[in-house]
Amino acid sequence: MSSFHIPTMAEMTASGQTPDVLFWVGCAGSFDDRAKRITKAIARILHASETSFAVLGQEESCTGDPAKRAGNEFLYQMQAAQNIATLNGYGIKRIITGCPHCFNALKNEYPELGGTYEVLHHTQFIRELIETGKLRMSGDTPFKGRRITFHDPCYLGRSNGEYLAPREVIAKLDAELLEMRRCKQNAMCCGAGGAQMFKEAESGDREVNHARTDQALETQPEVIATGCPFCNTMMTDGVKNAEQESNVVVKDIAELIAEAADLLDAPTP
Amino acid sequence: MISQLLFLLLLSTGIFFFARRIGVIRRNINSGAHWDGSDRTSERWATMARVALGQGKMTTRPVAGFMHILIYAGFVIINIEILEILIDGLFGTHRVFAFLGPVYDFLIASFEWLAAGVILACVVFFVRRNGMAIARLASNDLKGWPSLDANIILVVEVLLMFAFLSMNAADAIAQSRGLEHYVTAGSFPVSSWLMPLYSGLSDAGVVAVERGMWWFHIAGVLAFLVYVPYSKHFHIILAFPNTYYSNLNPSGQMDNMAAVKKEVDLMMDPNADPFAAAPPSDEPPAPFGVKDAPDLTWKQLLEAYTCTECGRCTSECPANHTGKLLSPRKIMMSTRDRIEEIGQQRKANGGKWEPDGKTLLGDWITEEELWACTSCQACVEACPINISPMGIILDMRRSLIMEDSKSPESITSMFNNIENNGAPWAFPAGSRGDWTQEV
Repeated sequence: MSSFHIPTMAEMTASGQTPDVLFWVGCAGSFDDRAKRITKAIARILHASETSFAVLGQEESCTGDPAKRAGNEFLYQMQAAQNIATLNGYGIKRIITGCPHCFNALKNEYPELGGTYEVLHHTQFIRELIETGKLRMSGDTPFKGRRITFHDPCYLGRSNGEYLAPREVIAKLDAELLEMRRCKQNAMCCGAGGAQMFKEAESGDREVNHARTDQALETQPEVIATGCPFCNTMMTDGVKNAEQESNVVVKDIAELIAEAADLLDAPTP
Repeated sequence: MISQLLFLLLLSTGIFFFARRIGVIRRNINSGAHWDGSDRTSERWATMARVALGQGKMTTRPVAGFMHILIYAGFVIINIEILEILIDGLFGTHRVFAFLGPVYDFLIASFEWLAAGVILACVVFFVRRNGMAIARLASNDLKGWPSLDANIILVVEVLLMFAFLSMNAADAIAQSRGLEHYVTAGSFPVSSWLMPLYSGLSDAGVVAVERGMWWFHIAGVLAFLVYVPYSKHFHIILAFPNTYYSNLNPSGQMDNMAAVKKEVDLMMDPNADPFAAAPPSDEPPAPFGVKDAPDLTWKQLLEAYTCTECGRCTSECPANHTGKLLSPRKIMMSTRDRIEEIGQQRKANGGKWEPDGKTLLGDWITEEELWACTSCQACVEACPINISPMGIILDMRRSLIMEDSKSPESITSMFNNIENNGAPWAFPAGSRGDWTQEV
């Protein structure tokens, strides 16, 4: 695939342009090697669908979500104030995020602090791209008839009631969607939320992600689909722990779509 | 006449003790911090109608949900009969609504079927609690009083329904014998099964059973009225205000602390004088987060009194599910225990509460429990009456961090990383955009 340039807001503004959407990458998507692959998949989709977009690059900073949920409201509000100043400075109207935690903070918690935007999770935006015909699936998607189960991220599902978008996008893959015993509003957490990602688990019988992965494996999937970089890490670790990595892969919906969509047809800039 | 006076005395005693207890709970709840629930009234009424009145979240667990709806319907509808009992008791009448004829027959018959349903549900619940190893009901959270409390309620409900049906059976026998005062009225589809128990008795015996059961039933109902607000069973009333004041925002949305916003705004304001002294105030500054029960909002204290300890939250909690110490139900139970204790101390101290050296965070709820929460909102979703144990947990973390600077070492590093690099990991902020060179 040919490479392409991803503009920053600073570059765009310097050349007098305004993108339609801002791609809010998030910390995991920017720094974590596994999550960066998801970020690149989202970028490829945006590029291939000829979406006018930019990123903040070095001007992006943590939304403050993990600090807030660990009890550090000061740090969270400092982060929020800084990010809102940046976003408002560029006149941002529409944001796509690759992370449900950023999504929840930007969508629900920033408005009261002065940052009001239309915020979409990447699965919602991908659904929109498919519905408006800007993104086409290849006639024969590599996932046709494959067994895929979807793990609902808490901050997309229960938090924001979005259960359909990821499922409708998976449906476009012609795959067999398998629901876990606990799904949608009853889905079980992967164990990473509420700042757990950044600490050792408290002592108990077992790890939350191992228990959740077992529930996913019960559906005998070939792919565990995720919509959150933290869930992805947790489920990947769970699959390894269950010694199933040769049978089951964990992939973000954006990665599945990037593999299945007709991205090669996209014009290169 | 004497029996009317006796009835009046019984009734006013019951109401007096009930009202006194309600006053105590009201004061305890109102000792919480400010919370404004005066907005979005139509949405609030609709939520209450759906969740409390309509039992909208009960049937996610079909067996318990169906049985609960049976008891709920029985409780609400059979209370129409209480109205007749009150009038009869105060004015010395007997079955005062008998003039309704076929409507009365229909009402009595439906009460009887519902009473049978209530007995069935209570027996099933009793067996589930005591004879089956259902994790959320056999849990350590319920050791001792909470488990006894639940059983007392089930047994009393069965006894009351049995008395109600026996009263009807004896009445029907008295009617068939044409005894004085016993007008022919009512239809007795269920209590007719009990008639063989009493049909061998003399006329005086039948009247004694009818009167005895009538008095036992109403005395039991009044005793129940007094008992309920001391019990987890108070949800039968508080579920309504609690669902009215439901959190209507997305369940993952945490409030932005206004006190912190003021500080941050000041820091971001280039015109603010960094050396300005704080304006003088008599009030001590409000603490950040929740350390003790009165730091919670009155709504959170209402939730604590509303919780009926069903444990659906705990059985959905990923931390509890994997053997961690956290049980969202226990968070609610501890909160109620603590605010009750503070209420008692306040009363003993003439209305003023002096800190007693204990706090909800630390003496009832441990840091280990708080740090096990993944903030996944499963407990919030699972609660049939929209209680949020997670809200209390996260508010307590705020106290740990912002008042006591107590956090696991790795969480402290996460804070430092965000402060220094704008990311929870130790990557330089300058490399945030590096991935764009790799596409």
